[in-house]
Amino acid sequence: MTADSIYAITMPKWGMAMEEGAVVAWHVEEGAPIAVGEEIVDVESTKAASGIEAKQAGLLRRRIAEVGDVVPVGGLLAIVAGAEISDDAIQEFLASFETATAQSEAVDSQLPRRVAVGDRHLNYVEQGVGEVPIVLLHGFGGNLNSWLFNRPELAARHRVIALDLPGHGESDEKVGAGGAADLAAAVLGIMDALQIGRAHLVGHSMGGAVAIAIAADQPARVRSLTLVASAGLGPEIDGAYISGFLAAKRRKDMKAVIARLFAKEVMVSDRMLEDLIRMKRIDGAETALCRIAESFFPGGRQIDSGLRAALLGSPISYQVIWGREDGVIPWRHADGLANVATLDGAGHMVQMEKPSAVNRLILDFIEPLGGMVEPATPT
Amino acid sequence: MARILTMRKALSEAFHQVMAEDPTVIMMGEDIAGGMGAPGELDAWGGDLGITKGLIGKFGAHRVLDTPISETAYLGAAVGAATAGLRPIAELMFVDFMGVCFDPLLNQAAKFRYMFGGKTKTPLVIRTQFGAGFRAGAQHSQSLYPLFAHIPGLKCVIPATAYDAKGLMIAAVRDDDPVIFFEHKVMYDEVSDDVPERSYTVPLGEANIVVEGDDVTIVAIGRMVHFAIKAAKQLAKEGISCEIIDPRTISPLDEETILESVERTGRLVIVDEAYPRCGMAADISSIVAEKGFHALRAPIRKVTPPHTPIPFAPELEDLYLPSPEKIVAAVRETVGAAQR
Repeated sequence: MTADSIYAITMPKWGMAMEEGAVVAWHVEEGAPIAVGEEIVDVESTKAASGIEAKQAGLLRRRIAEVGDVVPVGGLLAIVAGAEISDDAIQEFLASFETATAQSEAVDSQLPRRVAVGDRHLNYVEQGVGEVPIVLLHGFGGNLNSWLFNRPELAARHRVIALDLPGHGESDEKVGAGGAADLAAAVLGIMDALQIGRAHLVGHSMGGAVAIAIAADQPARVRSLTLVASAGLGPEIDGAYISGFLAAKRRKDMKAVIARLFAKEVMVSDRMLEDLIRMKRIDGAETALCRIAESFFPGGRQIDSGLRAALLGSPISYQVIWGREDGVIPWRHADGLANVATLDGAGHMVQMEKPSAVNRLILDFIEPLGGMVEPATPT
Repeated sequence: MARILTMRKALSEAFHQVMAEDPTVIMMGEDIAGGMGAPGELDAWGGDLGITKGLIGKFGAHRVLDTPISETAYLGAAVGAATAGLRPIAELMFVDFMGVCFDPLLNQAAKFRYMFGGKTKTPLVIRTQFGAGFRAGAQHSQSLYPLFAHIPGLKCVIPATAYDAKGLMIAAVRDDDPVIFFEHKVMYDEVSDDVPERSYTVPLGEANIVVEGDDVTIVAIGRMVHFAIKAAKQLAKEGISCEIIDPRTISPLDEETILESVERTGRLVIVDEAYPRCGMAADISSIVAEKGFHALRAPIRKVTPPHTPIPFAPELEDLYLPSPEKIVAAVRETVGAAQR
């Protein structure tokens, strides 16, 4: 009986501020069989809400937390194991559980930091270890928390850097002309400051366009490209999302705008909306966002800056991930590209709506390319 | 990222940032630097509660003016300076002392833009402390902001969080009209929350929906917002869902947000620390009775002190103020859940 065949479902840590989360709903009864990727339990923090999916098949042997329980990050929610595992073994696993969490929690203990790049300060968070890091680039109006559900899983096996692009999150509002070249320069600046020669770039939406621009301009700095619901591949975009985001001054207006990003009526928390409104109140933030919007999406259409052609002509390996119900950028922009994966039941924020699937696609794509460090085997 | 500051620190940071960005911002007030001719450090005191500490050292005595004890004189000077191109922040210790300088405020500053056909701006901020719970007696504990909300031409700001305090203060200083900024003296250290380091503004005239809810709307002002949050937590356990609205500025008042909320909940409880007669609770109550009557499913309830001076005896002062328990009782009554 190895510990490997017993799997603990624990309270995830979505961002540094999260210390605990509440169990909102269970989707699986105790004793019921579960398949990989099946949603087991919904969990809510003050910042975000999402389902937790099974990473291993088996039976849901124990439900430790009940609906309404507030559980600290890393705390046990449930135990998954095959029918052949004895109750004694599960008891033993439960007893030894506490020590194991203490070690794994260190993965996400890093605080965001600000680094000087030229005349501006940019904000980033770094987690995990590995040779060739993964650099995560969010979309228009996003920030490093756009990858809240992806960072921990990727960082368990790789060095992961998520950053706030200029004009977003805690980075400065100096955006230059606000185009792909300006944002690409900022990303390369952070890579220089962190002494990263080459990285796997993962870009969502506008961040995808920035990633392609970097690959086109500085191919030696890019090991691979993962383009998630990427901009830069076709002319259409939901102009109402862009203009709505720029115009929203209050949470209720922002809520209607943010809803366009998701396939399902998801639980967009008040705190998440409040954070977006607060970001826009910072001096210069609105001007910066307007400039970026004008550069990338003038008149509610995507500007053609030759990024699609650049991608097709690039020697760098790329993959494309899209939600089938993306209402912001049509997934049909992936037509004619290589390594395309489309996911059902996901909108524009596919990495938040289907985190496990997206994480798996990223890991499966980049790991054969090298740069991975084997995780330490638990003893 | 997350940076928790007290309201005291948040306000202090706002002053440092607005004075650094705009050389026309000056500050005037009693004891805002050294205080009472005391020897030692120039800014040993930094205001009667230390909010302006450090400013005189950084920006100099020509921008941080420690005035004689004559509110009439320096408030009049501040109004004049504002019309002449400066952006003064005048600190008038306690709002209770405002009586001696009503003329420059009510008859001059509030009227200039109107009487001169929009040709004169009066970008003035008057900071003043209000509120009971400080064991300071009837003449140092009042919440006199309704007096100023009564006067057209004056903007009245009452922050309830450190985040709002900084953003509203920066907005007030950049505003071209006279703004009176009311700071609850108990809240400087009682309240702390997440405050961005960079400059930002919270717009004047925009209420904050502190908590969303379905059964009853609670409009609460200043420190009462925190009492309402406590009450709402208790009421949630009883299955009563409260929506809490903090107007943030009582003039201009964001009527729309209040009416929209009452439209959904059908019930309104207003919590205010000011005297009940001709106060904000009465004012908001009249607005909702007039414009939202069709939505009301129960009488509006006000939770305020009684119409008496504020007692000095600590036990009586505590009894005098609204409390989470009094809010809980009022909400129960509006939803028909009062104990019979």
